[in-house]
Amino acid sequence: MPRPVRFNIHPILADTKDSISMVDKMPEGYGGEGFFAAKLSDVVGLARKNSMWPLPFATSCCGIEFMATMGSHYDLGRFGAERLGFSPRQCDLLMVMGTIAKKMGPIVKQVYLQMAEPRWVMAVGACACSGGIFDTYSVLQGIDQVVPVDVYVPGCPPRPEGILDGFMKIQDLVGQESLRRRNGDRYKELLGSYGIQ
Amino acid sequence: MALNNETIKTRLIEKFGDQVSNFDEPYGLLTFEAPKEMNLKVMQFLFDDEQLRFQFLTDLTAVHYPDKKDRELAVVYHLHNLVDNIRIRFKVFTDINKPDIYTATQLYSSANWMERETFDFFGVNFVGHPNLKRILNVDEMNYFPMLKQYPLEDQTRVDKDDAMFGR
Repeated sequence: MPRPVRFNIHPILADTKDSISMVDKMPEGYGGEGFFAAKLSDVVGLARKNSMWPLPFATSCCGIEFMATMGSHYDLGRFGAERLGFSPRQCDLLMVMGTIAKKMGPIVKQVYLQMAEPRWVMAVGACACSGGIFDTYSVLQGIDQVVPVDVYVPGCPPRPEGILDGFMKIQDLVGQESLRRRNGDRYKELLGSYGIQ
Repeated sequence: MALNNETIKTRLIEKFGDQVSNFDEPYGLLTFEAPKEMNLKVMQFLFDDEQLRFQFLTDLTAVHYPDKKDRELAVVYHLHNLVDNIRIRFKVFTDINKPDIYTATQLYSSANWMERETFDFFGVNFVGHPNLKRILNVDEMNYFPMLKQYPLEDQTRVDKDDAMFGR
């Protein structure tokens, strides 16, 4: 005889009058019957952000939280990131999850260099953001010493909801990126400061 | 007679006399010491003898005792007899200014990487090792981090200062 349910017996039904949609807002444009005219960067951004292919560079405990994020309960596939690649040549988003030692730094940089533009980097967890609790001679104090990072997700380890929130922020960045950004001087200067041509 | 700590101690003393010393049994693990020139002879004896058969090197590491002058670095070998399930610990001491120890790689292949790790962290020079270079730390590192005089934090970092991080 199973125990009677004690919790969540009066669930609050979700308010779906303003129905939940994946896209926060449609890109601005002029539409009519059978056509819709919008800025190219908006449409391209919309397409890119809803089909990011992440490269999970999972090193330690944060990798386990990422595995949970990819599982069915906190599903990363809802955001279009179902297809994980382990080859940097095919991926847009490098998610560095876990402690990176100083010996691993050049390897992370090599993986970043092998990715094709446009590419984004997400540092998940305290160790990837800043070295975490390991302020030692062997741990790299943050991967932003070797690669430029777009989004930092703090936590030790961050909850899957935190990783999803970071992913949604990456999506905001991707959706609003100008098509000329990667050719501009400021970006070149940023990469130059890391020694990347 | 059954193999236990007493019989091992007796066999060692009858073979090496007073060169093996400092017999102790912390938590039941027989521990003894020998001069550093004898380390291979002792280990070879423990390996080859039909009764002793210590043919598995579990661990090879070092300990830094900064206060014991002329005996600062101790290289510790943990040997295991897989057939009779007996473990022993064997220590050799060396001066930190001349930390040369004969390598155990001819006898135990697992000593290869373990000696590289001991070199990487303590600076023990294993004479005769085929490839003695740093294994876990960055190759450009110019000091041996596990010696007691070096703090845990990297002293060359620029973005964190000790005051803010409570040191």
